[in-house]
Amino acid sequence: MAEPILSIRGLNVRFRTGDGVLHAVKGIDLDIGAGETVAIVGESGSGKSQTAHAAMGLLSANGWAEGSVRYRGEELLGLSIGALNRYRGVKLAMIFQEPMTSLDPLYRIGDQIALPLTTHGGLGRRQARRRAIELLELVRIPHPERRLRSYPHELSGGQRQRAMIAMAIANNPDLLIADEPTTALDVTVQARILELLADLQRRLGMAILFITHDLGIVRRFAERTYVMQAGEVVESGATAEMFARPQHPYTRGLIEAEPRGRKPPPPPGTPTVLEAKDMRVTFTLRSALFSRERHEIRAVDGVDLAVRAGETVGVVGESGSGKSTLGRAVLKLVPAAGLVRFEDRNLAPLDRASMQPLRRQLQIVFQDPYGSLSPRMTAGEIVTEGLLVHEPATSRKERDRRAAQAFEEVRLDPAWRNRFPHEFSGGQRQRIAIARAMILHPKLIVLDEPTSALDRSVQKDVVELLRDLQMAHRLAYIFISHDLAVVRALSDRIFVMKDGRVVESGPTADILQRPREPYTCELIAAAALEAERGAPIGG
Amino acid sequence: MSEAAVLLIMEPVSGRSLWADARRRLVRNKAAVASMAALALIALACLFGSLVTGHPYDRVYQDYVRAPASLAAYPRAEQIIPAAERIAARARGRAEEARIEGDILRLTLTAQRPIDERNLAFFERSDLFGPPRIRERSEEGRRLLLEVPIKRQRFLFGTDANGRDLLTRTLVAGRVSLAIGLLATAVAIAIGVLYGAVSGYLGGRVDLVMMRLVDILYSLPFIFFVIMLVVFFGRNFVLMFIAVGAVEWLDMARIVRGQTLSIKRQEYVQAAEALGVSTGGIIRRHVIPNTLGPVIVFMTLLVPKVILLESFLSFLGLGVQEPMTSWGVLISDGAKSIQGAPTMLILPSLFLVFTLFALNFIGDGLRDALDPKDR
Repeated sequence: MAEPILSIRGLNVRFRTGDGVLHAVKGIDLDIGAGETVAIVGESGSGKSQTAHAAMGLLSANGWAEGSVRYRGEELLGLSIGALNRYRGVKLAMIFQEPMTSLDPLYRIGDQIALPLTTHGGLGRRQARRRAIELLELVRIPHPERRLRSYPHELSGGQRQRAMIAMAIANNPDLLIADEPTTALDVTVQARILELLADLQRRLGMAILFITHDLGIVRRFAERTYVMQAGEVVESGATAEMFARPQHPYTRGLIEAEPRGRKPPPPPGTPTVLEAKDMRVTFTLRSALFSRERHEIRAVDGVDLAVRAGETVGVVGESGSGKSTLGRAVLKLVPAAGLVRFEDRNLAPLDRASMQPLRRQLQIVFQDPYGSLSPRMTAGEIVTEGLLVHEPATSRKERDRRAAQAFEEVRLDPAWRNRFPHEFSGGQRQRIAIARAMILHPKLIVLDEPTSALDRSVQKDVVELLRDLQMAHRLAYIFISHDLAVVRALSDRIFVMKDGRVVESGPTADILQRPREPYTCELIAAAALEAERGAPIGG
Repeated sequence: MSEAAVLLIMEPVSGRSLWADARRRLVRNKAAVASMAALALIALACLFGSLVTGHPYDRVYQDYVRAPASLAAYPRAEQIIPAAERIAARARGRAEEARIEGDILRLTLTAQRPIDERNLAFFERSDLFGPPRIRERSEEGRRLLLEVPIKRQRFLFGTDANGRDLLTRTLVAGRVSLAIGLLATAVAIAIGVLYGAVSGYLGGRVDLVMMRLVDILYSLPFIFFVIMLVVFFGRNFVLMFIAVGAVEWLDMARIVRGQTLSIKRQEYVQAAEALGVSTGGIIRRHVIPNTLGPVIVFMTLLVPKVILLESFLSFLGLGVQEPMTSWGVLISDGAKSIQGAPTMLILPSLFLVFTLFALNFIGDGLRDALDPKDR
């Protein structure tokens, strides 16, 4: 490697928190050469983002960095903001994870892109505008001239991320730091953004530092990789070499963290637990205060679905495809038209009160393990709330015992049942949410992206837990996810949804190996399943 | 179930709730802690201080009208002899050879005619002297040698326009003001939280009707409303709570409704709905506890607001009735005699100001403690 353009030596990042000083990054070294693509991989809390933030002088007010960060020999740490801004946005640019919040909603796209051009590039207004159009063309946003006048909320997530990239490359930086640039996007959009970044790199010759937890991206994209764990670099080297022969056990664990194994199918002749016919969910929006015209959104548009005891039905699709709404509709949590039959009862005509006794049989686990647990209740109270409703006669002591039992079942330490949700990690919180559903011994659980917010290695554990619980209790699952790797490990059958309709359905192996619809092909290609490496899908 | 039996033996680890976290952060906020100490001191003084001052709050000292605040005891040396001379005149005599010896005034009372000794009670009736003792009678009762004990009294804050001890009155007024502040706030919060949570959670047409009712009540002019109440029910302490509480819960209901609208969309509420928890259960267990952060902050800001409101009403003469008093009444009275006795305005105002300061600092501290991200 030639002279590195960015070289980090002995970088330490510490944060002053309520519980004392948190040592987030522990003396790491890192080099990026000109035009190179380097990835930092690690799970949440490994300090990978803080490394980049320290280099860019973006640490939050309670954090500070020590060590050395040099850009072409110039020390960046400890520079004043004014001095740092000679590099930031000019030579070093950064894009962030959340394209919704990293653009200012009050300014037009064109003005936001022009800002780095006028402040750093020294261009006049008209020149900046011309350059902004060029940039939008470069990041392949259609109708760039019209888009200049759009506000961020008028753009889709992928387009916003493209606009962010356009801002970042406006001044032809030497290095682009991409902090989880695709995590918040749908898989198919993700693939297109990555393609764009690769293409830009070829054309502009800049270096890219990729910060991600997604090994699929690293494998396809990065020349060299640093693996971070708990603030330290545990392994680094050429990507291909590392994936072929991982040295450190943590790296090996990460590579093998993709959920494995398949679910044995339920024996033939098992009864159907839940059947939905022609489900329709329509949201109406009134367009203006005095207009009578109503705008209808068909979130779910005529879907048929049946689940047998012990069976998992996977529902996949991108955000906005109506898969979560479908999951809520079959549980009658959103008003829906259509027939829902649970065992031998028709749920459609039941109102809230008459649904109530059936609720214990039909449970749901949500995506966000941070939002689905009430922050003011202890984990034990959360888990036993269903007992208050469905078995009001249970004594406090009995409830406590059942909570401990449920904790045991989801492999959490029962001694933690008096703790509050914020004291648990994401994976543990998801286990609490599962325990809350399990304590009532339901027949069907709707799993709404239960693993999407979790790290890969935690995902694997949760998938295994779900599989074991299903075996033990003959549960029926409706598993909603955009992550084909997880769906493959759990589902018997897959429904592919797009715009509220099921475009394709069938047994898991069939769908993944012989997709008929182009949309399904696109999803599979974007998910970069391990099948790429020769492991047969569905095997 | 032997497994469960084993589990029960294990001592559950107690968790650190968000409240405990907030308390820790609050304790680290020096201004808030100092304010809490100051507020506690003021509250204790108001509750028990009037037992120590030695004056009932409604006792009128006619001889000490608008006495200035002073650390030294009353009566002053230069007041004693003229006062004794005035009393002697009322007993139809003249005071001669008056001498102050410590706490005793010795004087000779002379008159043209024999002195009616019952008239000596005039000494006792004054606020300056105790019952006189006759040491010597001569000239057939036309000359009496008297020993009159001097009543030493302290008015640290001076006295008001009616000659009542201002310190005692300030402390007693504090009781009223703080009680109205706390109780009216509690009333406002109880109604507002419940109303807002129900309105926000049920949504739809119910929400529409409930919030329009709030809008209608908002549009009633407050003073007009209070005057109407006073006209119908007469001036009454309880009326204050009703009047203030009835107005202040409107803000609370709006705040809580806004909070509830966002809480309603949280997944833990949806999870509770999926569990089949009843509407009441969701509001009680999930919605209300999660709105409490902003509610508590609003409460600490509402207490001073209510105290000021009460002061304002009392200032207008619609508040508490004499001889009961409140800080607002005292300030109103003080404002009338600002030229003659500025301490009558300044001292009760200081109490009010310190209380309001303390409550506002506590409110700021609580906001930081309960919502650490928002700094």
